[in-house]
Amino acid sequence: MAEKILRKIKLKIWRQENAQSKGYFDTYELENISTDASFLEMMDLLNEHLIMEGIDPVAFDHDCREGICGSCGLFINGRAHGPDNDITTCQLHMRKFREGATIVIEPWRAKSFPVIKDLMVDRSAFDIIQQAGGFITINTGSAVVANTILIDPKSAETAMDAASCIGCGACVAACKNSSAMLFVAAKVTHLANLPQGKPEAKKRAIQMAKKMDELGFGGCSNTGACEVECPKNISISTIATLNREYLSANVDQ
Amino acid sequence: MSGFLSSAIGKKFLMSISGFFLMLFLIVHLIINLLLLADTTGATFNIAAHFMRTNPLVKIIEPLLAIGFLVHICYSFIISITNWRARPIKYEVNNPRENSTWISRNMIYLGILILLFLIMHVINFFWKLRFGEIPEIMVNGELMENTYSLVSGLFINYWWYDVLYILGAIFLGLHLTHGFWSAFQTIGLDNTRWKPRLKGIGIVYTIIITGGFSIIPIYFLIKSYL
Ligand code: HEM
Ligand code: SF4
Ligand code: FES
Repeated sequence: MAEKILRKIKLKIWRQENAQSKGYFDTYELENISTDASFLEMMDLLNEHLIMEGIDPVAFDHDCREGICGSCGLFINGRAHGPDNDITTCQLHMRKFREGATIVIEPWRAKSFPVIKDLMVDRSAFDIIQQAGGFITINTGSAVVANTILIDPKSAETAMDAASCIGCGACVAACKNSSAMLFVAAKVTHLANLPQGKPEAKKRAIQMAKKMDELGFGGCSNTGACEVECPKNISISTIATLNREYLSANVDQ
Repeated sequence: MSGFLSSAIGKKFLMSISGFFLMLFLIVHLIINLLLLADTTGATFNIAAHFMRTNPLVKIIEPLLAIGFLVHICYSFIISITNWRARPIKYEVNNPRENSTWISRNMIYLGILILLFLIMHVINFFWKLRFGEIPEIMVNGELMENTYSLVSGLFINYWWYDVLYILGAIFLGLHLTHGFWSAFQTIGLDNTRWKPRLKGIGIVYTIIITGGFSIIPIYFLIKSYL
């Protein structure tokens, strides 16, 4: 696609000094943005302008800028990671926007993801869920040892697909219930499909689900919004797996 | 067990199981109702209705059905309130049309419409049959309540009841286009291979339910103009 220049765009961005202060929307204008620029490059340009004008730059999370770390969570024009499926914000490009358009940028909205500043939210709730059971306690040995344990290709594939979750939180942001079910389901499915993870599968499902409730995430209504917005294409079939693990764990108890 | 029923997955499990039970009930209910169209004297329907009123098995299932409805309705509100609380600050701009269906996001509102219909429906028939005065009729030498005249009378004399019953069937159908598959997903009986199949079966089921329940008021509506 040939490069074009967006002569003018408007940005309506959520500004919030810190976790305690009340936030508000502010509007900024940017000129001459290349359609080849990534969304985050556009944000960098905006911040350069703001700094020159003596205005506090917009705080937003980012790290790898290649779709693998999951930090760049922005809610753009009503969608997690903006107007495209299966990508992170850093993979979004300005060619998805039109000249003169107003782009509304908000932080992830969930009781369990409080705003730290502007567009940055505190996603440590995910770490706490992970610490509640998203691991295996046995010593799995070296790669050589691991290779002696055979895994059928289907289980390996299912586990690998689920393991691609990067903990970005788009599932929570997109869900009408701010539910963390897809995230938890990805972790549970990943480990429950591997021989090393099987012995603790039931305990894991119970503990992670319990933590998810305690931290104030909502329940699942099976709308499928998470699956569409997930940059790693985690399927909601993993949620069926989580439900199955959780129910059978409760039957066993 | 108390931990299970207070967990998000546990509560949703109750929605699913009660939903399954209600979906089974709808099939039985529809089969009996379609007997209204079997003959113009209403004898077939009256016999079936009489059988349902006097059958001891139905006596056991009736309170179970009431519990099924109560569980489904109570938990639908409990779940919805928890879910609303999980996002205290709403998005300024939200575009969920791009990632999910309106029905899947608004099951509670369709449910409330069904609940309103249900209240009207219970007053129209169940209440009258149970506590009111119903004309009686001789069918095959047995005296029984003339349920057919109760139903046909309502549908022939008041056109707006026909409309309300068709609307009820439509709301129920919309609820089920999402609910049928969703109930399987909730109890873990779903995967990438079965999802499209279950959704397909759900659409067939919904067409049977909505179509079947609508045919009855449509039939009487046409009859009232003949
Ligand atoms: C005969 C009548 C009804 C039938 C057959 C029915 C069936 C179902 C089914 C099968 C589900 C899917 C369960 C799941 O997702 O696991 C469902 C969900 C739901 N139903 Fe019903 N339902 C009926 C009436 C009602 C009523 C009267 C209400 C409320 C007042 C209601 C509220 C809901 C809600 C809110 C959900 C979705 C819960 C969520 O957010 O996940 N339903 N229903
Ligand atoms: S499941 Fe997908 S959307 Fe949710 S945290 Fe993992 S990668 Fe992000
Ligand atoms: S910055 Fe790492 S995924 Fe976007």
